[in-house]
Amino acid sequence: MGSTSSFNRRDLVKRAAALGIIAVPAMGTLSACATGGGGGNEDKGAKNKGATSAKNPLGVKKGAPLEAFIFKGGLGDQYAKDAEADFGKTYGVTVKHTGTQQIGPKLQPRFAGGNPPDLIDNSGADHLDMNKLSAQGQLQDLTELLDAPSLDDPKKKVRDTLYPSTLEKGKHKDAFDVFYYAFTVYGTWYSQKLLKDKGWEYPASFDDMIKLCGEIKKAGVAPWTYPGKYPYYVHFNLFAQIAKIGGLDKWIAIDNLEPKAWTSNDAVKQVVEHYAELAAKGYFLQGSQGLTHIQSQTAWTRGKAVFIPNGSWVENEASPTTPKDFGMAVGPLFNGGSGDRMPHGTLRAEPSEPFIVAKDGKNPVGGMELLRILLSKKHAQNFATKVRSLTAVKGATEGMRLSPGLSSAAEAVTAGGRNLLMIQLQEWYPKLTDEKLGGLTSQLLTGDMKAAEWIKKAQQYADEFAKDDSVTKFHRES
Amino acid sequence: MQHGKYRFIVGFLALPLLIYAIFVISPFVQAFQISTTEWSGLRGAAKNIGLGNYDKLLHSDEFWNALRHNIVMLVLVPIATLALGLFFAFMLNVGGRARRGALITGVRGASFYKFVYFFPQVISITIISVIWFNIYNPDPHDGMLNSLLGAVGLDSLQSSWLGARSIALACIMVVMVWANVGFYVVLFSAAMASIPREIYEASLLDGANRLHTFFRITLPLLWDTVQTGWVYMGIIAMDAFALVQIMSVNMGGPDGATDVVPLRLYQTAFRDSQFGYAAAMGVAMLVVTLLFAVLTMRFARRERIEF
Repeated sequence: MGSTSSFNRRDLVKRAAALGIIAVPAMGTLSACATGGGGGNEDKGAKNKGATSAKNPLGVKKGAPLEAFIFKGGLGDQYAKDAEADFGKTYGVTVKHTGTQQIGPKLQPRFAGGNPPDLIDNSGADHLDMNKLSAQGQLQDLTELLDAPSLDDPKKKVRDTLYPSTLEKGKHKDAFDVFYYAFTVYGTWYSQKLLKDKGWEYPASFDDMIKLCGEIKKAGVAPWTYPGKYPYYVHFNLFAQIAKIGGLDKWIAIDNLEPKAWTSNDAVKQVVEHYAELAAKGYFLQGSQGLTHIQSQTAWTRGKAVFIPNGSWVENEASPTTPKDFGMAVGPLFNGGSGDRMPHGTLRAEPSEPFIVAKDGKNPVGGMELLRILLSKKHAQNFATKVRSLTAVKGATEGMRLSPGLSSAAEAVTAGGRNLLMIQLQEWYPKLTDEKLGGLTSQLLTGDMKAAEWIKKAQQYADEFAKDDSVTKFHRES
Repeated sequence: MQHGKYRFIVGFLALPLLIYAIFVISPFVQAFQISTTEWSGLRGAAKNIGLGNYDKLLHSDEFWNALRHNIVMLVLVPIATLALGLFFAFMLNVGGRARRGALITGVRGASFYKFVYFFPQVISITIISVIWFNIYNPDPHDGMLNSLLGAVGLDSLQSSWLGARSIALACIMVVMVWANVGFYVVLFSAAMASIPREIYEASLLDGANRLHTFFRITLPLLWDTVQTGWVYMGIIAMDAFALVQIMSVNMGGPDGATDVVPLRLYQTAFRDSQFGYAAAMGVAMLVVTLLFAVLTMRFARRERIEF
């Protein structure tokens, strides 16, 4: 270059940089696009509605495209595909199906962009924040579906075919906008064969449990295991146990983030101390604190540990490693003592697999109709057979030949009768239960934290959440 | 000749600059804008709250805990990676014994080692995380590390690795070093190849040993490369998202022991639906990374040796 040129490389770089600086403010106009979208329509009714008839009570438009996003986790997604096939036959479309474990990250931009899919099975660790979606009016109110006649019996409304807790749990304030399709039984899972072979009996109380654990340990087996990678599995039992001993009203205070709800409840002390005792006596399988759910379940199905806290999806999820004669079964919550507020047989059993219909989707009516198909006896039974889990449909599995785990779960629900517990804390405040309390629990079970410290910190975290305005709050009466 | 020069340059630069502006600069600007709102990420509209998110960030123990881990990584991971990279590169290129025909050689089998070191570089970070997660499996029979320790009689060293609060972060840092050291071996090897052999030969004739040649010749002549590697490695250490997200127990646990800012950002955005707050974390991260790069460039500068 040199003298033949009026400018050199250095100048060029400077000018380019200057250009870049000028370009920055100009981008401000571009930046409007992510958060600048318009508001949604506020009308109550579903859009894209066609003519209704006895066979088509919701008014699905024939040939209107439908898109379903199904969580493909422990339950797989074949059951949904089967229902979609039936939908397609009736309405002459191929349902666009996506099976994924990444519901949240995949759908967040679509909700923000105003083109969500119609029906979403919003489950798994990466699910969408339904509380926020509901508060923003992005969820279709499903009351219309509840009042529609059921597929099997036109004289019976969909509402009347369901467990009452499904109707209760799906509510956000006044709207019923989340449909929990499955019915999960949480508890202590074990192998009937192993217990029988060794002459052990499923314990009825905490004291019996401690005694039995001593025997099990002597026999060279670990009494318990848990997935340390997801410590909230332990909460399935720990929380429900608090409600069983201390009473549901006191648990509701915890769900509602009331001050001193943890510290003033004696059941909390008893239950947390029980877990601390299990830890102190070395009753957990060595290394449990680093296991995934699959790894801990595999250790359990191989007989390395006797008990595991889990939900009824475990039978399907662990089926590849479960021996044929394993005899998977779930037991009820343990007695704390004579002062227990709820009787023996009390069980945490509640609706699960939240399905939502996007209000701003292209075909919300179709989304509801697909749910109605899923709620027919045919598909409820298909679900029970395929994934060994109960559905929200009452008595759909009656007379069916059930797998061992599922039939044990169904028996436990029947035995529980009216004493079926519902815990909302995790659903409402996942960060509090999974991250914060989960962190405490992982320390508790390795013996690095004392029970008193757990309770003190749990109360402190709950108070912080109660004060935090950026967290959407919920309230339950019963 | 002068005529039309600007048009010529603009013609070449316009398209890349435009693409750069849309895909690199505009997201940055947008992140600033989003960080001043309460955007949930789920709906178009968002309330503006000024610098509220930054105020919250400054008072968040979780954020400082995560940032502290990033800074620990920022200090330790580049040192370990670059030191190992330099050592291996030196041994592979000039550290060998004099053999027939050549005075300056690498150790025996150098080309094979080069291949082995570089191997992790061609595997995706996700696969590396999954492999190491299984190596760290705490089961004394299924876990590779624990069963290996058991086989050689070191049962006392068996641990729950990622499940143990005191060593979980170290376990993850080891994987970061493992995954990146190969690249620096190759980078430093290339740089060493350009150092004239005569310098080594002269020093060897003067009686210098391997240690002397490394610290007096190799390192000073490689300083520019080391410095660049340092910045690059530092940026990797500031990220660490994929490794922590896949490997750590309870997402950055146990009890926050392996939390890093990018993971906190992800959780805040996608789990808690607080994209505005998450964007503020991103901006804070940008500031820290820039600060690191500027400081490194400023204080690591030395006089360049021409050869």
